[in-house]
Amino acid sequence: MKKKVWIYAVLALSLILSACSQSSSGQPDEKKNSGKLEIFSWWTGAGEEDGLKALIKLFEEKNPDIPIENAAVAGGAGTNAKAVLASRMQGNDPPATFQVHGGSELNDGWVAAGKMEPLNDLYDKEGWNDKFPKQLIDMVSKDGKIYSVPVDIHRGNVLWYNKKIFADNNLQAPKTFDEFFKVADQLKKKGITPLALGDKEPWTATMIYENILLGTLGNEDYQKLWKGEMKFDDPKVKKAAETFKKMLSYINSDHSSRNWQDASQMVAKGDAAMNIMGDWAKGYFVNDLKLKVNEDFGWVPTPGTDNQFMIITDTFGLPKGVRNAKDVKQFLSVLGSVDGQDAFNPLKGSIPARTDADVSKYDEYGKQTIKEFKAAKLAASLAHGSAAPEGFVTKANQAVNIFVTQKNVNQLIDSFKQASSELKK
Amino acid sequence: MEPKILPSLQSGSSLAVSAKKRKRRNADQLMSIVFILPSILAIGVFVYGFIAWSGYVSLTNWNSLVPDLSFAGFKNYLFLFKDFRFQADLRNTLFFTVFFIIAVLVMGLMLAVFLDQKIRGEGLFRNIFFFPMALSFVVTGVIWQWLLNPATGVNLYLKKLGLDSLWYTSVKIIPGVEWGKIQFGVPVAVIAVVIAAAWQMTGFSVAMYLAGLRAIPEEIREAARMDGASELQIYRKIIFPIVAPITVSVIIIMAHISLKIFDLIYAMTGPGANFVTDVPGVYMFETTFRGNYYANGAAISIIMLVTVAVFIVPYLISSRKGES
Repeated sequence: MKKKVWIYAVLALSLILSACSQSSSGQPDEKKNSGKLEIFSWWTGAGEEDGLKALIKLFEEKNPDIPIENAAVAGGAGTNAKAVLASRMQGNDPPATFQVHGGSELNDGWVAAGKMEPLNDLYDKEGWNDKFPKQLIDMVSKDGKIYSVPVDIHRGNVLWYNKKIFADNNLQAPKTFDEFFKVADQLKKKGITPLALGDKEPWTATMIYENILLGTLGNEDYQKLWKGEMKFDDPKVKKAAETFKKMLSYINSDHSSRNWQDASQMVAKGDAAMNIMGDWAKGYFVNDLKLKVNEDFGWVPTPGTDNQFMIITDTFGLPKGVRNAKDVKQFLSVLGSVDGQDAFNPLKGSIPARTDADVSKYDEYGKQTIKEFKAAKLAASLAHGSAAPEGFVTKANQAVNIFVTQKNVNQLIDSFKQASSELKK
Repeated sequence: MEPKILPSLQSGSSLAVSAKKRKRRNADQLMSIVFILPSILAIGVFVYGFIAWSGYVSLTNWNSLVPDLSFAGFKNYLFLFKDFRFQADLRNTLFFTVFFIIAVLVMGLMLAVFLDQKIRGEGLFRNIFFFPMALSFVVTGVIWQWLLNPATGVNLYLKKLGLDSLWYTSVKIIPGVEWGKIQFGVPVAVIAVVIAAAWQMTGFSVAMYLAGLRAIPEEIREAARMDGASELQIYRKIIFPIVAPITVSVIIIMAHISLKIFDLIYAMTGPGANFVTDVPGVYMFETTFRGNYYANGAAISIIMLVTVAVFIVPYLISSRKGES
């Protein structure tokens, strides 16, 4: 009997051991895999995925010996991808390079956590320091060290409108808040939903508020707000919240069951007249809905933000602890090159971050935006994590979600004030 | 079932036989320990170890990307119970759980009784009722979102009939009594999620009840009929009492599903306007992995664990008592 027990015990032990040895023999495989250059992003939609593929193709032509793995995670505005990335970074398993919005998301997030390598040497080598706008390089730098390479620029303060509805009703696209409300009243009288909103994911409503803030406060005070030099209970911030409240009385009633694409679709179909969204909406109009630029839909900067540019920039950096750092830099140098930016951006529907890109490759909207980008004052977007840390953005989205229903201005201001204690860290 | 076999093993008659048996039992015991050890170790580390770790993190200041494991006491818990969103989550979970369980029990029993009538095409109906169980909650969420969305699906018909088509996105709370930071009552929008969840899980309770009904010997019914009981009386007085223990099992299983629900809500409505359809699972995901409030997220998950334990632990204790 005893013998039998021992046989079983040895058997069990050998099972455990073999299981262990299997897992350890699994590791070299992983190491082999990490020879692949893993590009982590949330570019899975029409247009953006094509752009990414064009970029990868360009890289592979130049570096046929470095295989690339496209590790994109689906989900609007990177909501899911950011969660995956956070887990991987916490577990010290960073992708070779990943998409991150320039500004606070990069600087107060990964750089502050000590997870990024500076790229000043790459910038010097490629001569990029005067190829990207200085304000943009500042957005991806902390304490004089540059941490990522911007690939595209999106504009957040755009008001899209259905040209046919505006022409039929003899309306002009609004440039100020007064004009906006006048137009909206007229549309409402005719039974047309003036403003389409899809805030199933609340960041879309936060975008409206940040654009109103920029239009009400002006560029300087808007910057001060995020640096903690201006308080959230400032009368101007309150006035912006009042305007936001008024604007919300012109939205579609089923807004909370729609996402941003649904809202854009309402404008495209003529169910609503206007929509405030970043200019990835143009990519959606053109690529998915097959609309013609400046024929089926038109655009103006959101009220009061003429000559201002709410900037959302996708950038890629070099995480610490990556085995193939040299290859990553190789990829980043393609990403930051004129060829790379012109391969990617026309497909994605964004404009290049470099100021010396080939303008002829872009459509009418792109050409105009490239021109305006050079002259405009830049402002960092809150909803997309450029103005404030992710923690604040999450709280702000919650506060805005409650505000859209309750419309309590003082409560919104209080929530922002409470969350802003985090800004000073 | 198995423990019942043990007493017969233990009752040895003569001394020599019992000594031999004892030796064998010791060997059996040792062997079973050897075999069970790996899974005990694995569960100990990967389940209980990580629960303990979450509990510890929930008591720290780790609320950014940089781990900060300094002790914070119950700060994170206090924050949550004062938070509008979390109060709304508790309210939504309460009403979701109650309505969901009632719907699953009532519909499950009704359909099981219906199938028990030896109708034609029973197999077909059974498959129809069980089929939604094969789907994942994410699929269910997407389907029902299309069906109930005010811009598509059944609401277009409601609209044509002049009925309210906006209940899906309603922010109404009935009756909406002020309590803490929220209005307490039944959030109208939760009904949509209850419909979807009940649609999916009713098949499970149908299966449970049907098994229970089939286990009742035909003789009992016949005896009752002989005594002049009507069919209704047979169900009320005999069959329902017999299947009552199944109800407890269904409630326990459904409660732990509904208290932890995440995927259905996430795919279908999201947190909803004014957080009318938000649940702790969604809040935990967003605050941890988007807002990087790790300690806060850990606190939410510990609260979820406790609420589920409130249901499960008494059940486990009573079922253990039943066994011994």
